[in-house]
Amino acid sequence: MPIFIDRRLNPKDKSLGNRQRFLKRAHEELKRTIRDKIRTSGIAEIDREHAVPMPRKGTSEPTFSDAKDSGHRQHILPGNRTFSPGDLIPKPGGGGAGSSAPGNTESEDDFRFVLSREEVLDLFFEDLELPDLVKLNLKQILSFKPRRAGFAATGSPTNINVGRTMRNSHGRRIALKRPKQEELDAIARQLSELESKPSNAATRERIAVLREELERLERRRKRIAYVDPVDIRFSRFDPQPLPNANAVMFCLMDVSGSMGEREKDLAKRFFVLLHLFLTRRYERTEIVFIRHTHEAKEVDEHTFFYHTQSGGTVVSTALEEMQRIIEQRYPAAEWNIYAAQASDGDNFATDSERCIELLDRRLMRLCQYFAYVEIIDERESHIFGSTENGTSLWRAYSAVDGKWPNFQMRRIAAPADIYPVFRELFARQPALRKSA
Amino acid sequence: MVSQARKSELLFSGSDWDFAKLSRVYDEIEAIGKEELRLDIYPVQMEVISSEQMLDAYSSVGMPLMYRHWSFGKRFLYDELLYRKGARGLAYELVINSNPCIVYLMEENTMALQALVTAHAALGHNHFFKNNHLFRQWTDAGGILSYLDFAKSYIARCEERHGLAPVEAMLDSAHALMEQGVFRYHRPPKLSSEQQREGLRERLEYEERSFNDLWRTLPPSQGKNKPEAEDESLAERKKSLNLPEENLLYFLEKNSLVLQPWQREIVRIVRVIAQYFYPQRQTQVMNEGCATFVHYTLMNMLFDRGRISEGAMLEILRNHSNVVFQPAFDDPRFSGINPYALGLDMMQDIQRISTEPTAEDRDWFPDIAGRGDWRETLLDAWANHRDESFIRQYLSPALIRKWRLFVLADGADEPHFEVASIHNERGYSKIRSALAQSYDVGARRPDIQVVDVDLLGNRHLRLQHNVKDGILLEEESRDATLRHIRSLWGYDVSLAAVDAETGAVLSERSTKEI
Repeated sequence: MPIFIDRRLNPKDKSLGNRQRFLKRAHEELKRTIRDKIRTSGIAEIDREHAVPMPRKGTSEPTFSDAKDSGHRQHILPGNRTFSPGDLIPKPGGGGAGSSAPGNTESEDDFRFVLSREEVLDLFFEDLELPDLVKLNLKQILSFKPRRAGFAATGSPTNINVGRTMRNSHGRRIALKRPKQEELDAIARQLSELESKPSNAATRERIAVLREELERLERRRKRIAYVDPVDIRFSRFDPQPLPNANAVMFCLMDVSGSMGEREKDLAKRFFVLLHLFLTRRYERTEIVFIRHTHEAKEVDEHTFFYHTQSGGTVVSTALEEMQRIIEQRYPAAEWNIYAAQASDGDNFATDSERCIELLDRRLMRLCQYFAYVEIIDERESHIFGSTENGTSLWRAYSAVDGKWPNFQMRRIAAPADIYPVFRELFARQPALRKSA
Repeated sequence: MVSQARKSELLFSGSDWDFAKLSRVYDEIEAIGKEELRLDIYPVQMEVISSEQMLDAYSSVGMPLMYRHWSFGKRFLYDELLYRKGARGLAYELVINSNPCIVYLMEENTMALQALVTAHAALGHNHFFKNNHLFRQWTDAGGILSYLDFAKSYIARCEERHGLAPVEAMLDSAHALMEQGVFRYHRPPKLSSEQQREGLRERLEYEERSFNDLWRTLPPSQGKNKPEAEDESLAERKKSLNLPEENLLYFLEKNSLVLQPWQREIVRIVRVIAQYFYPQRQTQVMNEGCATFVHYTLMNMLFDRGRISEGAMLEILRNHSNVVFQPAFDDPRFSGINPYALGLDMMQDIQRISTEPTAEDRDWFPDIAGRGDWRETLLDAWANHRDESFIRQYLSPALIRKWRLFVLADGADEPHFEVASIHNERGYSKIRSALAQSYDVGARRPDIQVVDVDLLGNRHLRLQHNVKDGILLEEESRDATLRHIRSLWGYDVSLAAVDAETGAVLSERSTKEI
């Protein structure tokens, strides 16, 4: 008779610790993969699960092992039908590597495993030198409105629901047959009638019975309360998140010849971050991509980042296009409008004037927020880091900056700059947060 | 009529299992196994687990208790992936060489499969573990679980005290040398109880403190510059360190000057576990063959006695034939020789030779042919062989023909494989010996030994790789492994590749160059 043990209820995931250790070890590799993914996949794609190929090499466990391409060895194989001793069989792959010999194929494939959304974001943010992600999360202010949600047996006295309580008490009184006042009154009436009549043996007896009955009913009425604590019901309120508004994000990018791969990559990272931020705060977010040279056009994401068309620079065209789209599709009353503009700042002085005018007169009234990010060369970053001097567009926008609190502008030069800048841009005005 | 009458004695019907059925089936299988096959087993402990738990157990080299290490996590993710993709099924069972013998049953199995697993693992593997001489000599079934428990908590304590990273680094380095961490030729000491272990460790530490080559203050002998004297001192030095030493982990554990006591203990733990698994690696064909033979024979006996229904038997046979499926070399499904198939076929062949030998069998196996008692022959083979010697002794021409085995000679610098032998009169013994050779773990692994170390000088550790058949080491992993040895040894390490036949030094690699 063997011992049987049912281990099915034992904790599963005994290897969780091992898995975490492995992830930690594979961290560098994963980070690189995620970075590449972010560079090549769509903005909206970042914020979800990813299957990540994990090259086994990244976490190899070396041992002394035979080199496949040296020495002499023998393979013993089953299933010979045609060969005779001395036959020569060409090696697959044109000779040389003995590793392809049948029966010797140990596959060292990469394997993929799925990273959860959180793990992806952690890796993504890590690359941005995120001080702490928690703060970003805390900022998503959701307001709650209490909403009626049935009844509860407990609660605060202010929430007693009288109607429901009385209905319960009524039911209980019926069920427990609580004597009604009318019954008592009837007996009392009969008693007084009898007492007013001349007394004889029969009436005395009747009176005694009635008195007893009256006493019984009164006792019963005392025992079965009119309203008992068990009847009481409280209205229950659930905190209901307020329905979120919609948000639309305008990505404006200058794609004139000076915007190279690096600049676009930085811009993309900024837009990704903005998009993540918005999707966490709003139920529905849309992205509109507008690229401009000397003329602006709404395009899809791929074209936005990867199309190589180039030309002169007229920044105001993008703003005009944005205004046109807002008027057509995103009425400011229903949509929270965000805009992020990335540019290297080159523009005609006259056009910069036009930009100021557009922003001043129309766009800043419509937008929740307008962020301008100027992407500069790393070598310039320490020159321009603190001064207000700069490109034509920068100087022009400085004027807008002073006037509108919901306009912000920053310069970035490296991936690590993005997050701090982003925080500055979006952490400043608590007033704006609440209006969302 | 008889079978009709026995229908009522079915051990189980339907595919659902419960503990009462499992226990009934176990009792029946154990009785019949002891009576008909004369199996001798450890007491059994059956544990029912879910598939996730099976994956867990899989990834920690099949042991119920294991210390934590990232490589097990990697293994888990890899297994899980294949399992989820459906590329690989889970084993139906897992069995642990311990006393009592622990058998895992998966809850997803049907009753018929549970019966099969019981016969396979609780009887077959169990008998093999208890009786095979390698396991008897080299592993301590009674002590392994308590040892693993000790190892797990010891390593967890180390992590608490010294941090994850240094412990992990130590395990990484020790794992790299697991293959070189076993005694092949002399028996290791039995696993001792916790108390003895503690005492032993203290004694070793005391010895280390009180005697260390480094602290020797005697002046070097006067005749040092004479070559003979140098030879003599070299010989003496080697003798004092027991060189050459094939067990690198053992050597490092005992002689490394940089390891802290806890690091030494971790190296020791890895070494003990490597040693524990060493017999398993040498007896794969026999162990699986024995278990498969036992389940096949017992299930058929039960069926013949009318204790299993036809439906259950069909299910059992279908699973059985999946397990022993051996595709030919040109089949896309081919991935080497299936140890289950080879083991089972050889054991059934022994059965056949014992009872109905041909003239050829009488020539090849005069001792057993026609002796009739195949049970005795098998019991003897199971007890006294490992894969290499088993194949060398028992692979018959009939089986070579049945399997159509052939040998390909593979020279790395030739553009062709050459067919060296096929299943004909001239080829039988060559194929047999080549196949046996390929199961010789000792011969298959690179032979690397510690040959010298200069404890009085720069403490340079010299390793030697005896190159057989010109098979060199893969360079990238060799360098990485040498780095691990260096971190365990603390000083430079070099590895010389020496041709085993001519003694010529083929190459030398030192950690200074890496």
